[in-house]
This record gives sequence, structure tokens and C-alpha cells, in this order.
Amino acid sequence: MPVLLKPFEEMTGDDYAQIGLKAGLEIHQQLLTEKKLFCRCPAARYTEEYDAEILRHMRPTLSELGEYDGTALMEFKTKKEIIYQINHESVCTYEMDDTPPFEINPQALDIALEIAMLMNYKLVSEIHIARKQYLDGSIPTGFQRTTIVGIDGWIPYKDRKIGLIQLGLEEDACREVSDVGHLRTYRTDRLGMPLIETVTRPEMRTPQEVAEVANILRWLVRSTGKVRTGIGAARQDVNVSITGGTRIEIKGVHRIPLIPRLIYNEALRQYALLQIRSELHKRGITEQTFRAESADVSPLVYNSEWEPIRQAVARKEKVFAVNLKGYRGILSHPTQTGKVFSKEISDRVRVIACLTRLPNILTSESTEETIDTYTWSKIRKTLKATARDALILVWGNERDVQTAVQEIIIRAQEALVGVPSETRQALADGTNGFERILPGPDRMYPDTDLPPLEITEERIERLRKNVPQPVWERIEKYKKMGLPEHVLIPIAASPLAPFFEKVCEDYMLSPKRAANLLFEKTKYWRRRGWPVKRIGQEEWRQLFAELSANPRFWSCVDALAEEFFTAPQADWTALINKHKKTAADEATLQSALQAVAGEAQKRFTDSDKRHRYIMGKMMEQFRGQVEGGKLNEMVKKYTEKDE
Amino acid sequence: MEEAYKGYRDPALAVLKENKVRVWSDVEMDTSRGNFKGIILPRSETADERHIVLKLHNGYNIGVAVHTIRQIREISYKKAEYKIPEKEFPYDPKKPNVKLLGTGGTIASRLDYRTGAVIPAFSPGELYGSVPELADICNLETEKLYGVFSENMGPEQWIATAEAIGREIEKGVQGIVIGHGTDVMHHTAAILSFMVQNSPVPIVMVGSQRSSDRPSSDAALNLIHAVKTTAESDIAETLVCMFGPTSDQYGILHRGTRVRKMHSSYRSTFRTIGDIPLALVDREKITPLRSDYKRRRDDRDVIINTAFEEKVSIVYYYPNMKPDIIDSLIDNGYRGIVIAGTGLGHVNKPVYPALKRAQEKGIAVYMTVQTLWGYVQMYVYETGRELQQLGVVPAANMLPEVAYVKLAWALGQTDDLARVKEIMLTPIAGEITEREPYNGYLIYQGGIPEVEAFLRKIKR
Repeated sequence: MPVLLKPFEEMTGDDYAQIGLKAGLEIHQQLLTEKKLFCRCPAARYTEEYDAEILRHMRPTLSELGEYDGTALMEFKTKKEIIYQINHESVCTYEMDDTPPFEINPQALDIALEIAMLMNYKLVSEIHIARKQYLDGSIPTGFQRTTIVGIDGWIPYKDRKIGLIQLGLEEDACREVSDVGHLRTYRTDRLGMPLIETVTRPEMRTPQEVAEVANILRWLVRSTGKVRTGIGAARQDVNVSITGGTRIEIKGVHRIPLIPRLIYNEALRQYALLQIRSELHKRGITEQTFRAESADVSPLVYNSEWEPIRQAVARKEKVFAVNLKGYRGILSHPTQTGKVFSKEISDRVRVIACLTRLPNILTSESTEETIDTYTWSKIRKTLKATARDALILVWGNERDVQTAVQEIIIRAQEALVGVPSETRQALADGTNGFERILPGPDRMYPDTDLPPLEITEERIERLRKNVPQPVWERIEKYKKMGLPEHVLIPIAASPLAPFFEKVCEDYMLSPKRAANLLFEKTKYWRRRGWPVKRIGQEEWRQLFAELSANPRFWSCVDALAEEFFTAPQADWTALINKHKKTAADEATLQSALQAVAGEAQKRFTDSDKRHRYIMGKMMEQFRGQVEGGKLNEMVKKYTEKDE
Repeated sequence: MEEAYKGYRDPALAVLKENKVRVWSDVEMDTSRGNFKGIILPRSETADERHIVLKLHNGYNIGVAVHTIRQIREISYKKAEYKIPEKEFPYDPKKPNVKLLGTGGTIASRLDYRTGAVIPAFSPGELYGSVPELADICNLETEKLYGVFSENMGPEQWIATAEAIGREIEKGVQGIVIGHGTDVMHHTAAILSFMVQNSPVPIVMVGSQRSSDRPSSDAALNLIHAVKTTAESDIAETLVCMFGPTSDQYGILHRGTRVRKMHSSYRSTFRTIGDIPLALVDREKITPLRSDYKRRRDDRDVIINTAFEEKVSIVYYYPNMKPDIIDSLIDNGYRGIVIAGTGLGHVNKPVYPALKRAQEKGIAVYMTVQTLWGYVQMYVYETGRELQQLGVVPAANMLPEVAYVKLAWALGQTDDLARVKEIMLTPIAGEITEREPYNGYLIYQGGIPEVEAFLRKIKR
């Protein structure tokens, strides 16, 4: 059994340093605009219903060197029919590539520039729209329109800076509905939504650091109040490499907490692939001496009782065997948690040869009961395989099997390179699977449909006024104000933060109390289903002014709010005036206190518990009629006297 | 314009020269907005003179405002040459020989990825490099007649194209494909329908709405459809072969005199007007929608008649039109006028005196309809009858653009207005039909709930 990395939980920073882990992030964040980026369709009209379908194929275009890009070639091999599901409300002829783009949405551009300033990017003076090719069909044009508004930004992290390579503004792609055999279906409602892409340098050293930086970036953009939130509004890609490995991009991480395990598994995979390479080299196998053979073995497995092959035979499919010379044991070498090397091959066969029904391959190293030994030995004989070789069976229609055989050989041979360049996709269990060959740098072309657009100094100065104070500065400030730890980040990342600071100042409020009301009470009210939206900034100011003048009402804000939300035309001043006259006098309070204290005496021996009980009962009775602090003093005095 | 500073004007040009850098210099720029590294690209001549275009090493282009630049340092120099790869088009003696004549347009161009400039890509080798499927259908020979955008096509190009077609038919090709820009493809299709008569083989015009450097381009499929039609169909007429639906499913073969570009950007922009199309074509087969077309023959008896009178105009009538519009044409020596009138073929009374003048001067005036669908009928209303008395000739259901090229063609042949009228009103290539099928307009233009229900059912 080969020695792999320690389990995830036991890995330390030193362990990661030893394997030379480097990781970076690409964060895609949708912007809060009314319309899409290059057309006037409404933004974020999401629906699964559709009115029509359009069918397209993607054709690779030749690069200027007369070669096809790796991804392009792969997508061409797959020969997919692409179906787009279209809803009238969310899609027009632009998204379907039947109308040239309209001018870039100025609202989206403003937001992108504002965020670029927040992240210390150098702003470009003139934006040029580029076409970034995607041949998987996720965008009907075959390319994404994208532009960069800034380069070389940074954010502080621990005692260092994390570099940000670029900030892009681009259109979102379709959502995949299904991908079976040669038919891929996309829903188009998200297509064309404006989003920004933040790309960091690979300067994070542990999986946890990546998650932390992802969080900081998320808080930063949210603090503007101009980005979308909710499922799918922000998506992370991570790129990972270890010493001797390759920079691998893992797409589509929907939740930040999933990042660390994902990175660990990729580091583990690269570590394992490098081990496989050195094992093969030890056996004297190099890229030059690598040998593989294949043959049609359909007649040999004709009577197989193993279900996947029995069904393939029933469908009149071909079964081919590939012999990888000298590869014994390699296919069952572990790669990620719970996965072995043959999974890398199965993934390629699924994606590139479109053999999507799983299992799609069977190896001679499978430990499960599959085809019988007698059949295996016949297959071995046909391919002249020795005990040192590894065999793979694959089945499907003739054309796809041919592609699959080629692909199996290609991937097996790539084991001699180590870690092949790929884009991989994040899976829910923290592992990752093959998505496509990594696109080359040649896939960026200028978009001739739109002219360059100047970013004037006036525009920048106008936008600079909106740029919020960076989250990290706010956090320090709030700490000094004495706010509790758990609210520091939520407030610092809230677009309401400047308002919070302003009201504290204007009404001389206790920051702790104001924060509690603005950020915590509201959460509780929302959970109760109250229309919190009805409290705009003006209403908040009114409430804070009243509370500042009548502090005893702090203790009954929930009750006031309930009245506020249920009244048809609520007004804080009117509400408070209504209750003002009912302020309790000293004598009433004292007599009530006496009764409650008597009851407390009977129930509790512990003085703290007794105090809490009395306070609770008294507040229940006199909420809004007396200030909490004052009552507390009274109760304290009373109980001390008692003891 | 010097190559080294392509597209740059002062003050950007001066900044480049001052810093001793040029197009394709790999540079580092020190600016008031920070440092930028990349390769200086040529600038579009229509863009402003205050920015320098930089290709960053991540592939993106940006513009740097010259007033922010403090210094530019050249690190190296990398001139890029863009070339379309060529692969020899295979020859198979068993396959039919197809000739592709190029006139220009999107179908015959590709983008220079580095500069964004459009460059022609037309040789058989280039086409084979990007659409290898063509070799499964035929042996292809190409000839570039012109390299112009569609809007620059005119009589000179039409005449030369018709003559080139004649030569190819003489040589005995199986058919001719004409690559053409889409904007005036229907004008060219119409005039070729008149200039080239009695063709024994298909003459298929094709273009594309999305250039072939885009993965979603319709160019390859349109070419495959057109070449297949040329090599295999038995329709010996001048056709336009373009996308049927916007999906990559099938093309439609439109008769050259009944087709029109109807959308500024859609792939399936071409529609047969006043009729139904001749056939459908996909990668596997050609499916005729009707049988009244001219069949392919073995002879080479084509008639080429390239007559063309340039002093012909088309007038699109609008309410409140003044007679001076017509008068100015008369005063400028025009010999023929096609009016696109309202409804059944009408113009307002203030224009009458000008029409009277035209009649007296012996100018041929023909009426078509701006509704596009339907016939001119100048008996139903008094206006129509009055206009006929002023010498305006109803042109049945000829499309305005078709009537325009046909009138130019007729006047190119004779001065005799009676003879012109005979030529104009005798259908040669389906430009006037005796009957309009009841379903043409419904299928291709309207019936909103019906079409919606239909789309919902088939979903594409």
C-alpha cells in the first residue's frame, strides 16, 4: 500500500508547506442590476418553465497557429447536440446569438469599478470587450463576453497582502439541466447576468487560508450592497498545485466551507499521481516506451452474466479491451479519498466519449465480482497480456467506443507526465472529477461587435464617493467601540454599516444597543414573518430619536415593533406617545416588586436565579413603563436589603 | 499610415514615438493609475486618439489613456503574423465538381484574433481546413471574383458574376455556389435570375450571419447545405440557401426572385415572400416542398444576358410625399422608377403632377407594394385607376427590389416602353406568380397563438 498524505483532520501548515501547496481563488459574483449585461432583458428572472427550445452545435475555430485549442478539440470529439430551453420573459434574441450586443450595462460597469476601487485594483483607462471561448455550449455564442476593469489589486490578510490578478466584468452562462450521451441541455434564464470575476494570486498556503480569504472577499463585495446574494449568486473556483504537480482549476464550489476539504483532496490526488509516475518510471516505462493495445472482444463476453456487460450485449453494443503494458496495480492506486486511478480514466470516457451510463469501464483490478476468470483469461490471451499488464474493458456504440479506447490510452499515457492539465469539477463529497481539458491562453479574442469604452476620471471620482470603508478597517473600529465578537463581521460586511455609524453619532446611542437593534432584532423579526422592509432609513431615524429621548422603551422594542408592523399606518413617535403616559410610578413598582420577590423567595435559594426571576416577572408586567437599567437597580437594592 | 504605428494618431502617436516604442512592442508602462505590462496592438482607425491598446499577458486587451502615461519601456518586440492554415482539398474522381465563386461578405472572412481585423479566408485549402465535411460531398474549386462587403455589390459585379457563371457552365460543372454578403444577397439573387437563364445546373447563393471565427457560426452549416444542394439537387434555378430556423437543423432553398432578408441579425433572416420556399436541405437530404421548379439537365445551353440600365431608382412612398422627389429623378435623367406604394399600390394626389411629367418624358414607372405580401391591385380604389392613367404600371406581386433590378435589366435591353412592359410582366424566374398559396403568409409570418402552440409542441 503506497504511503499517502495524512488524513485531512491531521494535516498541519507544515505538512502543506512540505508538499509545496499553492492555492488561489476565482470568485464569480453576480451584481445587483435591473438588467442583464449586454441586453435589456430583466436580471434574475429565474424559472424552470420554458416556452421553446433551440438546437445548436459548437464548432471549434482554428487558432492563429493553425491548431485547435485543447478544450476545443475535446469538445469536438464529443460531438454534442446542445439544446437551449428558453423562456420569453428572461431571454431575447441577444442571448441566442441572433442579435449583436447592446452597449454594456452602465449600472453593472459602475458597480464593478466601485468594487475594483474597494480591492485596491489599478483601473484601466479604456475597457475592451473580449470573447473568451467556451465550446461546451454553456453560452450559445460559443464565447463569453468579458472585460477587465482593473489589474493588480490586493487585500490584507494576516500579516501579509494577498495579490489580486485582475477584476473582470462578464456575462453569466447557462445552467446545465442534463448531459446524457450526445445530448446536453441548458436552461438559459441565468445567461447574460452581469457578474464580476475576482482572481487572486496563488498565495494561500493551506486549505483553511483559502476559505478565509474567500470569506473576506465575500464580505467586501457584500458591504457595497450592490451584489446579489442567495444560492448561486456567488460561485468559487479554486486552483491548486503542489511541488512537481500542475495548476489544476476546480470549478463550481457553491459554499465556502467546502473549500478546505476540496483542496486537500486535490493535493492528495496530485501527490498520488506523482507517486504513480515514479512507480511507472521505476518499472522502466516512459513516454517513449509506453505501449498499449486494444481489440474488439465482443464475442468473448457475449454470454457474460455481469449486468452492465449483459445489458451492453443486449443493446448490440461493442465491447473493447485495452491492454496497458506493465500497468498492473496502477489502476487501483488510490488517488482521492475513496477513489482510485481508474476513476480518472472512467471520467474521461464519460465526458469525452459520451459514455455516460455508469459503470462505463471495467478493469482487471476490480475486486468486485464481475466477469469470470475464464473470460478474463480469454481476453488476456487475445491481447497477449501478461501478469504484469493491466486491462480495461469499455462498451458502447462503435463510434463512441473508438473514441473511448483512444481516450483510455491517452489518459494512461498521461500518468507518465504526472498531473495532466485539466479543469475539474467540485463534487459534494469534497472530491473532484474531470470536467474538461484546460483551455489554452489562445482562447481570448477581441470582440469586434463593440467599440472600446473610455473610463473617464469624472466617472471614477463620482464612483469613489460610494466606495465603502474596507471591511478590515471597520472590524477594528467596531472592536474598539466594544461590539461583541459575533456581530463584528456581519455589521462590517453590511451595506447598512455607514448608516449604523451615523445614527450612533447623531443620537448618541450605545453602539451595542444600536447594533443589536439594527442587525439582530431585525433578524428575529424577519423570522417571525414581520415586514421589516417597512422600516426604511427615515423610520429607523425616527425610532432611534425616540429611544434616545425615552430610553425606557429600549426594553420593549419587540412589542413596539409588533404594533408597528400590524398597524396599517404606523409611526414610531405616535406609538411611543401612546404608551408614554403609562409610565409606572415608584409606589406601583415597589408594591409589585414586593409580591414578586416574595414568590421568588419561595422558589429559589440561589440569589442570581432569584434576581433573574424577579427581573423577568417585573419586565413582563412593566415593559415600556420603566427603563430596564433603572428597574435593575431597584431590584438589586431590594434583594440586597432582603438578604 | 505607417505599419509601426498602425491606427494611431496624435497625441497617442507622439507618445509612442517619444518613448521609442511601436506596435508589437512588449512594454512596461508607468502611469498615474499604476504599472501595466503587455504588447502594444494596432488601434482601430475609428477609435479615439487618446488611448494606446495593450494586450496584457492574460489575453485581455485594455486601453491606456496617454495623459496618464509617464514612461514606456520596451522589453522586447514580437511581431505577430496571422495566417489561415491551408490543407489541400482532396480530389475524388467519383465525386461531382462544384465551383465556388466568392464575392466577399462574412462567409468568406475570418477575424484576425490579435487585432480584431477581418481578413479573407476563401481558398479551397482554407475552407477545407475549417469545414472538412465539404470533401465528403464534392470536389471543390474556388475562384475569388471580389472581396467586397455586400453593400458594395452593384451592376459591375453582377455582370461579371453572371459572365463567370456562364463560363463555368460551359466547362460543365455540376453546379455553382456563390459566397455573398447577406445584406443585398436578395438583390444579387434576383438579377442573376434574370441575367442567367435556362441554366442546366443549380446556382446556389450562400452567406452567413455569424462569421466563421465564432464557434456558433452558421457559416459551416450553410456552406455544407449549399454545396450539397449544388452537387446533388435537381433544382436548376438561382437559389438562396440559408438557415431555416435559428437552430442548427436545416436550411431553406429560396427562389432567387422571391426571397428577402427580413431581420438585421437573426440567422434565419431570409424568408420567401408571397410564396412558399422550394425545398429544405439538411446534412442528409434535400426535401422539395413543391414540384414546379426547373430540372437539372445534361446540356450546357445557358443564356447569359447582362443588360443593365443604371438610371433606375426605387421610391419608397410615405404620407405627405411631395412631387419634388419624383421631379428630381426626372431632372436627373432617370429612365425608370419603381414605387413601393401603400396598400394595394397607392401614392397621394400631390405626387400626380410629377407622375404626369414622368409619363410625358417616357419614363417607365412601375408600382409594387410595401406590404411585401400580396399583389398590386389598382382597380379596387379610384386612386389606383387614376395612377394607371398617369402611366404607372402595376407589377403584380413582384417584390420592390426585384422589380428594381428587373426594370434596370429590361431598360438595358430596349428603349421601347411597350417592350419593357412585356419584359417586366412576363415572369421569367417566378418573380410574378399567378397564384399565392393560402398558407405561405400564415406559415411564415403570423398566427401568433397557433405558432406559439406549434412551438410549444415541438419546442424548437
